[in-house]
Amino acid sequence: MIPPIAHFLFHHLVRGPATLRDRIPADPDGVAELAEAVGVRARARLGRSLAIRMVDAGSCNGCELEVNAANNPIYDLERFGIRFVASPRHADCLLVSGPVTANMAEALKRTYDAIPAPKWVVALGDCARDGGCFAGSYAVLGGVDKVVPVDLHIPGCPPPPKQILAGLLALLERAAAGG
Amino acid sequence: MLGNASLLDFLSIGTVVPAARPWPRFRLDGKAWRALVERMDAADWLLLAEWAEPGEVHIALRDEGSGSIAIASRPCPDRRFFAVGQVRPGAIRLERAIHDLWGLVPEGLEDRRPWLDHGRWPCRHPLAAEKLPPAGSPPPYAFLAAEGEGLHQIPVGPVHAGVIEPGHFRFHAQGETVVRLEERLGYLHKGIHGLMAGKPLAQAARLAGRISGDSTVAYALAFARAVEAATGCEVPARAHWLRALMAELERIANHVVDIGAICNDAAFAMPLAHMSELREKLLRANALLFGHRLSMDCVVPGGVACDLDDDGIEVLRHLLSRLRKRFEKGVGLYSDTPSLLDRTTGTGVVSGSLAHRFGAGGFVGRAASRSHDARKVPGYPPYDDLDFAVPVMAEGDVHARVMVRVQEVRASLGLIDQILAGLPGGACRVDVPRQDGEGLALVEGFRGEVAVWVRLDGDGRVAAAHFHDPSWFQWPLLEAAIEGNIVADFPLCNKSFNCAYSGVDL
Ligand code: SF4
Repeated sequence: MIPPIAHFLFHHLVRGPATLRDRIPADPDGVAELAEAVGVRARARLGRSLAIRMVDAGSCNGCELEVNAANNPIYDLERFGIRFVASPRHADCLLVSGPVTANMAEALKRTYDAIPAPKWVVALGDCARDGGCFAGSYAVLGGVDKVVPVDLHIPGCPPPPKQILAGLLALLERAAAGG
Repeated sequence: MLGNASLLDFLSIGTVVPAARPWPRFRLDGKAWRALVERMDAADWLLLAEWAEPGEVHIALRDEGSGSIAIASRPCPDRRFFAVGQVRPGAIRLERAIHDLWGLVPEGLEDRRPWLDHGRWPCRHPLAAEKLPPAGSPPPYAFLAAEGEGLHQIPVGPVHAGVIEPGHFRFHAQGETVVRLEERLGYLHKGIHGLMAGKPLAQAARLAGRISGDSTVAYALAFARAVEAATGCEVPARAHWLRALMAELERIANHVVDIGAICNDAAFAMPLAHMSELREKLLRANALLFGHRLSMDCVVPGGVACDLDDDGIEVLRHLLSRLRKRFEKGVGLYSDTPSLLDRTTGTGVVSGSLAHRFGAGGFVGRAASRSHDARKVPGYPPYDDLDFAVPVMAEGDVHARVMVRVQEVRASLGLIDQILAGLPGGACRVDVPRQDGEGLALVEGFRGEVAVWVRLDGDGRVAAAHFHDPSWFQWPLLEAAIEGNIVADFPLCNKSFNCAYSGVDL
């Protein structure tokens, strides 16, 4: 019997990868915020590579689903040099979702502190900006910037993978140009 | 006298609370409540959910013999109640959470450690009539001890290596072998109960769809059905069918990617790539047809927010016929790779008796011979008109959970075929009457049975609501399943359960 994995390899050799070939449209909101953030602080050159540490600080997990989708073969974040790393010590960028619960605030701060400078913080999703639909609860601080400084916010509930990609790409390009 | 009484007969010793629909609610005094709990020890009455309000504890029960469902309530003027956790181990964490939030003391409960309260809120008992000031600096959590020669501890989390929700796992290991795992959750507690109180219906429905993003349709549906039960709102047939369509799409999207992710956690990456492509196709179809990739805010009280036209039906038919073939290819990749099966077979076993004791639902229960499915019992439209099988296996290992999910995907694809063929015409939304009342709804999400209870005031606002995630009764089984396995198999076991974090932390 031909093992099934051989069929898959053959299929992808002949048909090519599933990855999208169109250009990723820039997200006007995120880019404007970013331009400002980068204008304020000159950044060291990163080269075209960005290592991201993701922290869920109280999300409903919708944002995580879309980050995982951005890693699927169709969007394939890694082709832009963007990759998710397992330790904050290996990261350039902290990606945070959720309204920041009181119970996660310390873990978020500690993760941020563990990332070597220079570092960036991207707040992902509507509730990471100001708490979104969870704002006003006793258990929620109401936004990532209540705990760590935020450089860029990617809006959406949840932001679709294209928007996540556009935001991160913009961060990358600006960081490289601004060095 | 009450030795063989059915649940409803037994509860009739209490007073009936008016306006509780579709199942009755009984208010019991301390003595009757205690008798109920003691009776539960022997009776086949399944605990569906347990929650509280400032002065009252509620449990929803189902008589597994007759299928009847009822809520029992115990007013707690002295702020204590006889703990259900003494006879239903699944209730222990629920009652610890009740104590944290409402300050009601579960009497007789051995484990009185806090669950959701990590000592970081501005007050203690935030939902009680009288809140207490915080206790000072967050106290250390007393993990259960394990003692023996050469044991060591491995703390993991709350921040994990991957893109995943936060939770803490404390392992006691001997060499490679896990002797004990203890979970500590609550990191995602957002105070949903408090946020719900006083919310207008539309906002409350939006919030209900954000209790667990991967089950957004299931929660929105359960919330909508609870509201409709409370107000006596009759939803048009077309809405029922479209809701089922969205719910089955959600089930498939979650199952396919999780099957891939389980393989990935056994270091076989290709199935994940293959399956996440399939998921992506489904999410794009959702965006095209319903305007949101996860179908958030599409199910609303009174019906659905978006209709499906003939073009949409064609799009779905085309997509699903391709998806079916590609899914089977992916399954072949799993089931014809012996080195992978070697990792999943016999790993992380849950015994059938444990699944029954905890009332674990979803694929965790069905892989361990507990066949319950809320679409069948108590059932809700349109599933009574549709033909589908509920897969059950007995092995209870990672492999069984994978194969149950594979069969559930097939069943859901069959359901969607029937839905697309039989979709009734007409309106897909009606206005919800402004009326007070209480409603309970049970809906089968991809993880299992989601229970939502709601009380409405007369002004179209939510007075109180509770959301019960099936994972309350699955998380404890993960602790049992990993015992005796190697630490390196934990990701595999954990992924095969894929319990909710946000859904249980609320
Ligand atoms: S922004 Fe929306 S999807 Fe993302 S975590 Fe918040 S509520 Fe969930």
